[in-house]
Amino acid sequence: MQESQQFKDHQREAKLFRSRVVVMAVFMLLLVSVLVYRYYDLQIVNYEEYATQSDRNRVHVQPVPPTRGLIFDRNGELLADNKASFTLSVVSADATELNNTVELLKGLIEISPSDLGKFYKAQKQRRHKLDPVPLRYRLTEEEIARLAVNQHLLEGVEVNAELVRNYPHKDMFAHVIGYTGRISEKEMNGFTPEQSQRYSGTHAIGKIGIEASYEDVLLGEVGSQNVETNARGRVMRVLDRIDSKQGSDLRLHLDARMQETAVASMRGRRGAVVAIDVKTGGVLAAVSYPGFDPNLFVTGIGYRDYKNLNEDIDTPLFNRFLQAQYPPGSTIKPVIGLAGLHTGFTDVSRAISDRGVFTLPGSSRLYRDWVLARTGGGHGRVDLKAAISQSCDTYFWDLGNRMGIDNISSFGSHFGLGNLTGIDIPSERKGLWPSREWKRAARREAWYPGDTVNVSIGQGMVLTTPLQLAVMTTTIANRGIRYRPQFIQKIGDQVHEPIIDEIFETKPEYWDAIIEGMEEVMHGARGTARRVSERAEYRMAGKSGTAQVVAIAQNAKYNSALLKERHRDHALFVAFAPVEAPQIAVAVMLENAEGGSSQAAPVARAMMDAHILGYYLKANEFVPPLGFHHAAIIKRANNYIAERKAAREAKEAELAAKAAAQAASSSSSMASEAASEPTHE
Amino acid sequence: MSKQDFLRRMPEAGSAFSRRARLAERLHIDFFLLLLLLLLTLIGLTVLYSASGHNLPSVEKQGTFFIIAYVTMFIVAQIPVEFMRRMAPFAYVGGVLLLLAVTIFGDISMGAQRWLQIGSFRFQPSEIMKLAMPITVAAYLSRGFLPPRFTQIIVVLGLIGLPTALIIEQPDLGTSILVATSGIMVLFFSGLLWRYIAAAVVVFGASLWPIWHFMLHDYQRQRVLTMLDPTQDPLGTGWNIIQSKTAIGSGGLSGKGWMEGTQSRLDFLPEGHTDFIIAVMSEEFGLLGVIMLLIIYAMVITRGLMIAVNSQSSFGRLLAAAVSSTFFVYVFVNMGMVSGIVPVVGVPLPLISQGGTAIVALFAGFGLLMAIATEKKRVMTPQA
Repeated sequence: MQESQQFKDHQREAKLFRSRVVVMAVFMLLLVSVLVYRYYDLQIVNYEEYATQSDRNRVHVQPVPPTRGLIFDRNGELLADNKASFTLSVVSADATELNNTVELLKGLIEISPSDLGKFYKAQKQRRHKLDPVPLRYRLTEEEIARLAVNQHLLEGVEVNAELVRNYPHKDMFAHVIGYTGRISEKEMNGFTPEQSQRYSGTHAIGKIGIEASYEDVLLGEVGSQNVETNARGRVMRVLDRIDSKQGSDLRLHLDARMQETAVASMRGRRGAVVAIDVKTGGVLAAVSYPGFDPNLFVTGIGYRDYKNLNEDIDTPLFNRFLQAQYPPGSTIKPVIGLAGLHTGFTDVSRAISDRGVFTLPGSSRLYRDWVLARTGGGHGRVDLKAAISQSCDTYFWDLGNRMGIDNISSFGSHFGLGNLTGIDIPSERKGLWPSREWKRAARREAWYPGDTVNVSIGQGMVLTTPLQLAVMTTTIANRGIRYRPQFIQKIGDQVHEPIIDEIFETKPEYWDAIIEGMEEVMHGARGTARRVSERAEYRMAGKSGTAQVVAIAQNAKYNSALLKERHRDHALFVAFAPVEAPQIAVAVMLENAEGGSSQAAPVARAMMDAHILGYYLKANEFVPPLGFHHAAIIKRANNYIAERKAAREAKEAELAAKAAAQAASSSSSMASEAASEPTHE
Repeated sequence: MSKQDFLRRMPEAGSAFSRRARLAERLHIDFFLLLLLLLLTLIGLTVLYSASGHNLPSVEKQGTFFIIAYVTMFIVAQIPVEFMRRMAPFAYVGGVLLLLAVTIFGDISMGAQRWLQIGSFRFQPSEIMKLAMPITVAAYLSRGFLPPRFTQIIVVLGLIGLPTALIIEQPDLGTSILVATSGIMVLFFSGLLWRYIAAAVVVFGASLWPIWHFMLHDYQRQRVLTMLDPTQDPLGTGWNIIQSKTAIGSGGLSGKGWMEGTQSRLDFLPEGHTDFIIAVMSEEFGLLGVIMLLIIYAMVITRGLMIAVNSQSSFGRLLAAAVSSTFFVYVFVNMGMVSGIVPVVGVPLPLISQGGTAIVALFAGFGLLMAIATEKKRVMTPQA
């Protein structure tokens, strides 16, 4: 029974099993169809979409940053170039992974809290999750090596070389060239779409100085490249590339040697020097001392460094030649004198008798000439030339008072006073050349005759920058042609032509009068700066000035010993040379140096010697007494040797001629023999 | 003499002939299946070379595993089916004990406790269960009448449930599904009444909610959600599936070419050499490559089912059918999860994905198939 049942069951089981296999096979077929349909859907129907997605995954467009244009001085000396700086960046999609990496890096290289702060801020701002975020700039060789050794531990850590600005002359040109710095968030937000595109690969932008004003030409054209990146954003290869175009190189009128001469001759005193090429308005030198090292700012200045610079009592960040506004003092007397001549309130020969004091009609206030404190008397009888050369205040008080403020205030603009000079670096200040209207608007006060008196010797409300004084001097040297002061000489291959802002015309003899007066300052027997023309090899013209830092009470005598160093007057001097055919105009301002003629004038002389004769000075080297430059000594020695030689030869020639004459006269028969003799010897 | 000589020679010649025949017969190998497996091995190593980032050592390592796997398969193929049946309880008990050992002593790697270290040898006991399970259930069911009665079904469910629960605990959802499936397949082929099947489907459907809320780990739940909408978390859990779909889709009809798959080469595809290797293959060989692979797989499965149908014993039938259909589940779950129609569970693509013990276990399964296929040789040539 059991056996037969088993036999029967065996048949049935096999049948049942077969049917189940068929069911399962059908079921599998169904599922395989689903799979095939799924893959068909992905690979054929939606192929385009996924192919695009795959390319978008791997191919990224990267901007190729352009190389910033270089900056040269007039002789081809490099003032700003680019050098490789190594930056550590981290690519990370995951926050915990990122923190681990940062912890690891902290053990390897120095990472300051401020680095970290900036890093996490940038981390939030990045445009794409795989964008590398910079963590440390300026890696040293040692740090790069340490990172390389531990590379296997550092997933997503990159060390990239980047070209950053380098200023080989450090603080020498800081206030002219300026510096580039990281593009700030504010600047980035202010970009137009085109600008955003231009700066897409660039991290630096010109912040001040030439770097800022010529940003557009220095930047260059951004390129682009398609790169294949892996999932962690690492570039595997470059697929194709449009090269970037380097920014244009700039050639400036600046002369590095002149700049150095200025710094050297200032001998560490605070102040400003501006030298302008009279024929073009090109700025040969522009120094604001002390300067600062612009390299500090390039990859972001540290808090401590910035604090030190910012809180330094000598204010190295302050651009003195561009922004320091002081009363010009006596340096504007030639301009006031010319105004008097031009408006007819004086003439070349008109003279006054000066007793050292001046009073306004109907007033008891005494205006004391500077000479009164020294000699107890006045300048005596002075005409315009003498008034300029001796810096007679009384003459100009009188002239100014008679001319009136309206004539003075309208005249200043011919020399660029009270206006922006239009120099090609930003943040210039325009000083103040006062007028009735100005005083009414600004101070809500009427103009008093006493104000005119002060203005006519460059005190009171008048303010000028050293740059404006240099422009004024250049205009005098050019006899009324006012060039716009410019640093730029050439952009790429394109020559930047000089710009004439104004040509002021008046009678040549008026020009002669004030220029002769200024020449007398340097060369005249009573010229205030006559000592500065010692051993001069050319004729120069100049004018000293003093800018009061604190107001002196009516009856007090100026006593420098009683004043704190920082309250002493600023020394000013303007000059140009050679007088016959001017080449260079200089303005010098030395803070708290007191003596325009004694302190500031030698600096102006050094600048003129350097430009005209090539007597350049080197910073941190001994500054020789005027006219004793080693080149001058050699030149003088050579001249002496040449003179002596010439004298000797002249004497020999004379003797020979005498001997020949004697021989000729003694015997006519021997004449033929004597004539042939010298050829044997 | 000469006649005697002739007579003497004949047995010698005959014995030589018969010995040869016996040798071929004794070797329990299914040559057609072997051919298909060699073909798959070749494809597997080729794709792996590309997927591992042109890493020859990892291909060599995989090759070594294949050699071990083939040897295992040959050995298993020689074991008499009847012996397997008798050994089933021991294999099952041994497997369960090892799983218990894992939960107590096992190594923890990648957040899961799956590995057992014996000396320098490290393996997953759950792999043993993949084979022990169908053998045991088939052995148990083939003892009695088929289709199984209710009590038998309850016993079988218990047999399936215990190791499955242990493996889920590790946690290893993929393997537990495969282990459970291999047992359930036996039950299905044993002729389980349709009403039970229907009831099971209803119960399973009803229990989805409690399973979802109480049994699944967070990461498993996340995987299901990710499958439903990978774009919800494109950088986190959705990343894998988005990238694998991109890899597959960008392959197109004929693919980007061997070693030209950018998704895998540039590391966009995680696990490209293990569970997600089909994405690499789809990217590099396109739909044509996928269909070709599916055809070879289908041939393997068909061969397995044919062996099952031709088997004379119900144990052999059940076992062969279960092993073949479990192999299908491997393929379907893997290709389904990579293409985003099945949640991501850790199921490798058989014979292609990189893996050690998993491959050996698979080949042991093919060894079982071969043993069953050649069982009738034993019947026709009784053992001396």
